Amino acid sequence: MGTSSTALPGFWKRNQRTFAPWLFLAPGALMFLIYVILPVFQSVWISFHDWDGLGPKTWIGIGNYVELFSDDAFYTSLENNIIWLVLYLLAVPAGLAAALFLNQTVAGIRIYKSLFFFPFVISQVVVGLIFTWFYAPNFGLFSVLTEALTGTQIAVLADERLVTYGIIAAGLWPQIAYCMILYLTGLNNINSEQIEAGRMDGAKGWHLFWNIVLPQLRPATFIAVVVTVIGALRSFDLVSVMTAGGPYGSSRVLSYYMYEEALSEYGFRMGYGAAIAVVLFLIMMIFITFFLIRMLRQERNS
Amino acid sequence: MLVASAACAGEIVLNSDQSDPVPKKAMEQLIADFQTKNPDIKVKWNNFDHEGYKSAIRNFLTATPPDVVAWYAGNRMEPFVKAGLFEDVSDVWAANGLNDQLKSAAASMTIDGKKWGVPYTYYQWGIYYRADIFKDKGIAPPKTWDELLAACAKLKSAGITPFTIGSKALWPTAGWFDYLDLRVNGYQFHMDLASGKVPYTDPKVKAVFAKWAELVKPGYFLENHAALDWQDAMPQFVQGKAAMYLMGNFAVAPMKDGGLKEDQIGFLPFPEITAGLPAAEEAPLDTFHIPSGAKNKEDAKKFLAYLASPEAQTKMNATLGQLPVNNQSAKPDDKFLKAGFEILSKAEALSQFYDRDAPADMAKAGMEGFQEFMVKPDKIDGILARLDKVRARAYK
Repeated sequence: MGTSSTALPGFWKRNQRTFAPWLFLAPGALMFLIYVILPVFQSVWISFHDWDGLGPKTWIGIGNYVELFSDDAFYTSLENNIIWLVLYLLAVPAGLAAALFLNQTVAGIRIYKSLFFFPFVISQVVVGLIFTWFYAPNFGLFSVLTEALTGTQIAVLADERLVTYGIIAAGLWPQIAYCMILYLTGLNNINSEQIEAGRMDGAKGWHLFWNIVLPQLRPATFIAVVVTVIGALRSFDLVSVMTAGGPYGSSRVLSYYMYEEALSEYGFRMGYGAAIAVVLFLIMMIFITFFLIRMLRQERNS
Repeated sequence: MLVASAACAGEIVLNSDQSDPVPKKAMEQLIADFQTKNPDIKVKWNNFDHEGYKSAIRNFLTATPPDVVAWYAGNRMEPFVKAGLFEDVSDVWAANGLNDQLKSAAASMTIDGKKWGVPYTYYQWGIYYRADIFKDKGIAPPKTWDELLAACAKLKSAGITPFTIGSKALWPTAGWFDYLDLRVNGYQFHMDLASGKVPYTDPKVKAVFAKWAELVKPGYFLENHAALDWQDAMPQFVQGKAAMYLMGNFAVAPMKDGGLKEDQIGFLPFPEITAGLPAAEEAPLDTFHIPSGAKNKEDAKKFLAYLASPEAQTKMNATLGQLPVNNQSAKPDDKFLKAGFEILSKAEALSQFYDRDAPADMAKAGMEGFQEFMVKPDKIDGILARLDKVRARAYK
């Protein structure tokens, strides 16, 4: 300590630029490793076992996966996740439309912007409860309206054909608000000179929007799509609050099915739950890898 | 004092899930009375939220076991017994004459010939009906299946839904299945089915659904029940749009809160279906157990013995508005509890409810099947085949 440590400072000086970023990264990276990366591998490990969370683990190899691929409930969940994915992406154009609509200077526009953004601020659980009451048979606004218009009630959350769409509609409400905010920020940063130039060349309306405005919103579009895709694959809270996967399991999605099998009152099949989680993880990986490759390619090109 | 979590001699740590105000009050009284009787023992009580407790118990039983835990009878305690996490308390039963005093619950507390806990309360299930509507339409309380069907037809034609139900949380459907199975095939068959010895594709099981279909197909149940919780189905009953509700005795309080007077509500035991079959009843027990890792088992056993005593159960259940398990306890004076006491003391045996009698994953799949059947009665064969697939796995 302090007497013959001349070698160390020299070494440090020479390699400072190499080490400094790693030192700054170290705390975060360590946390990420312990709390994210390691559990991922643990989950994969657990998925090869039959385990109730209490007793000893029994190795059953790919037994859980074999069962999973002959499990009707798994296919129902997968199908619902795909419906979620496709319909949830509607939030991107809807958010863009809302942003364009609100991107003007009228008295009190800030209030309207706040009101449009409001659903994203409140908790998803609250959104779920509001929509549950909205759809509720006998007293919900939606039921009362459909009864007034058609003479029969439609209990959305009790109908296996409609229930998933009913939940997605609830999910779109805050998701559109989120995409809208992304686009509003993007619209603020639009280069006005390009718009002027486009106008001089006679571009108007749709042309102007498609060829000049939209390309400049590309970063916002990218983030909106990524967040929406991941949000659709992770959908859990609304399903849990509004239907608990019902009626008879027809609104399950993968993450909720995992929770049911591994953690809920009637579950505790940790291995099976982990297998569902691994499948969900792989599906997400496909999308995330695709997005990352695109992003890197774009960065290289610019 | 030592570290807070480590109980010193003369202190027992008790974990339970009495988060609702009434059970909480009953528990506070019980602990206070026990400490008065045993001044050298202090009870440290950790009260958990009812839902969170189901996961929490699995953690604390293995990590930091308390001395006494609240749980449930039958198959709900089996995983903990099999994992060696509960203590055998047969000696408490033997030393306090409980084999005689708690006789009705003995079967539900026994696994491998040993007793694993002490029950302190239960309540009856049955059909609660609008006595005033029945009188108005000239319907006598049905005692047999045919009389029930006739009553339903009469109500339906008068524009009243015979049965209200909310199946969103699934378990209300299990009450129906249990009672129909108990009345069609009897207690032993029901227990064999719940413990996986009988395939769901058995004709006897089909017979249960055939009876159920006699109520489902004519539309004798509330519409859209799959979107309703059991409380959401209550207004229909209170407003007189529905006339009957198969429920546990806990449903009486919300009925009265809704504005019904006591003489507007009637109670009838589930009608007979197979003639001459001794009546078994549904009566879920709440219980206390000692974890095998408890530090102060001696005092914990004293607590269980006190909990089992007639006077403790009388007082506790007076607060809870439920029935004492101990047959030496004082009889309740509430109209519905009296009726419950009547049918339970005459019962051939008590089932614990489908989701406590059957293992967890079977119960979940089963109740989903019941709900699907109540919406689509024609799909019964597919549902039963699916349930049997789950059975093959769940009872490995």
